[in-house]
Amino acid sequence: MIEIRWHGRGGQGAKTAAMLLADVAFFTGKYVQAFPEYGPERMGAPVTVYNRIDDKNIRVHSNIYQPDYSVVVDESLLEVVNVTAGLKKTGAVIVNTEKSKEEILPHLHGYEGELYTIDARKISMETLGKYFPNTPMLAAVVKVTKAVDEDTFLKEMEDSFRKKFATKPEVIEGNLKALKAALKEVQ
Amino acid sequence: MAEFKAENINEKSKWNEITPGNQIYEPATSKLFHTGEWSKDKPCFIQEKCTQCLLCTPVCPDSAIPVKDMKRLDFDYDHCKGCGICVKACPFHAITMEGVK
Amino acid sequence: MAKRERLSGNEAASIALRQINPDVFPAFPITPSTEIPEYFSKFVANGQVDTEFIPVESEHSSMSAALGAEAAGARALTATSSCGMALMWEELYVAASDRLPLMLALVNRALSGPININCDHSDSMGARDSGWIQLYAEDNQEVYDNFVMAYRIAEHKDVRLPIMVCQDGFITSHGVQNMELLEDEEVRNFVGEYQPEHYLLNPKEPMAVGPYAVSNYYMESKYGQVQAMKNAKQVAIDVMNEFAKISGRQYGLFEEYRLEDAEYAIVLIGSAAGTAKDAIDRLREEGRKVGLLKIRFFRPFPGEEIAKALSKVKVVGLMDRAESFSGNGGPLCAETMAALHRAGNTAKTVEYMYGLGGRDIKVEDFWHIFDELEEVANGKVVDGYSYIGLRK
Repeated sequence: MIEIRWHGRGGQGAKTAAMLLADVAFFTGKYVQAFPEYGPERMGAPVTVYNRIDDKNIRVHSNIYQPDYSVVVDESLLEVVNVTAGLKKTGAVIVNTEKSKEEILPHLHGYEGELYTIDARKISMETLGKYFPNTPMLAAVVKVTKAVDEDTFLKEMEDSFRKKFATKPEVIEGNLKALKAALKEVQ
Repeated sequence: MAEFKAENINEKSKWNEITPGNQIYEPATSKLFHTGEWSKDKPCFIQEKCTQCLLCTPVCPDSAIPVKDMKRLDFDYDHCKGCGICVKACPFHAITMEGVK
Repeated sequence: MAKRERLSGNEAASIALRQINPDVFPAFPITPSTEIPEYFSKFVANGQVDTEFIPVESEHSSMSAALGAEAAGARALTATSSCGMALMWEELYVAASDRLPLMLALVNRALSGPININCDHSDSMGARDSGWIQLYAEDNQEVYDNFVMAYRIAEHKDVRLPIMVCQDGFITSHGVQNMELLEDEEVRNFVGEYQPEHYLLNPKEPMAVGPYAVSNYYMESKYGQVQAMKNAKQVAIDVMNEFAKISGRQYGLFEEYRLEDAEYAIVLIGSAAGTAKDAIDRLREEGRKVGLLKIRFFRPFPGEEIAKALSKVKVVGLMDRAESFSGNGGPLCAETMAALHRAGNTAKTVEYMYGLGGRDIKVEDFWHIFDELEEVANGKVVDGYSYIGLRK
């Protein structure tokens, strides 16, 4: 079982990204869970969202305390939340930042596992013209966790975008570009 | 259902002789209920003074003034609560609240 | 043909309701149940159902409208959570005592205060004595399946009682999970048309609903409700057996998980059962004889059956997700202990309060609980009524 914890801020689409990841994994035949930790919903407030992905039925209904992966959709959360709390050493933390890994490391409370960074803002601005960090972050998560095969991921996402944006076909191409760029640029 | 006829249900009925939710499956079951027992006074019908104008009948809240062949009959004391509205309605003083025990 | 899906509990509930196509659905929004009428109103707008959807101004009105519609002869329901249900209080009793088999889609949420939007069972447990059938779910599949079965149980001529179909707020209502849907036709055929024997809009039988009952009738009337609730047990079993034939999923009044040779068992309701099962599997690998009894129907309460299922257990952990301030434990604890006592079962019991206001319960918490149950069997004296995950 892969367990993923997403850290975002209300309105950035961390929940949507986790739901999309569950969707894609579901279509490849996996058992999935995607669930947010709800409090009062406030734009900009820290939110936590979880994914479980497994080959067999998932029964556990608790939050995730020892995730394999931690995804930081908003860099400013590094100052507010311990994003590596309980994170398995065999796993990784994926941070949306333009900074270098060396600059991020001091904020990770001595975490010994892998660190991946991706500049989701740059990718989003270049491909979508607006700041939607969740699309690049979703691709980065797929790349790092290998939860889903990349080609399958792109195909499923294209299908999903065609349904979701049926009335706005112009944004489909941009979203696909964002995904492809993120698959390349996460490091 | 025959066993749930209102006429068969009373304060001695067992739990399974009463309808689920005390629902009533017939109209006009109040006929079975002698509200006339609630009254202190009763109106008295003075037939000689009555012109059969029938002004009294529609004002009775308990439909206790029976009419047959366009003529009112004596009061239905099983259902008359003795409110006296009919007394006020009668222009010919053919109804009074005195005289019935 | 079953259809593989991944849905939230609220989506699953709405889809079941679309397939059932009820006649009248009045609703007023409240977190976390809002999505059920929200999704459903889209089905109405799209013409996928014939349902009369009534946006009302309060939950007092939504329950009033639903029971009025049911009395008129319609298949009706409403949805709510927490304080919304509290505002329906008067009508809950009216629906049950008037023997109107409507449905309430209840997404369990803590009652104020402190004001809180997350899951516990204080709303439905407070209404446990209102005369409604109460059906709970562990996961989204069970939520869906319960909705498909609910009207068949409630509307049965030997029952005719309203039914509360409960699920854990956010945990299942907003959590997306794999599940299987039945085909629309299968659900429609299973649930069937509502054919009430007596209803207000029947011109051939003028009738009255909800008359005043003096003392000479009131107790007989209540006893009738009790008998109907007792009848609901067998009707539910029959409906669940029939459902197993179309779905392949067999349910009971409660679920026994690895209980057959268990010496230490816990009893609980709802989504925490899944987490408990994972904990039990791990302990079983170590050779520990532990098991779970997950209550599905809290009304009618399957007391005799539970006592029988626990007859060989040494120590029972009773787990409540609703406080009752008796000082002795919650409602599940009280009723299960009464059932054990009545059956002459002398197993030791320990009460645990957990998950209030959405407090998470983890696999590890269940390990500690089973450790304690074993210690009690070995003579250790424990609190006997403790809060899981409490800071003190």
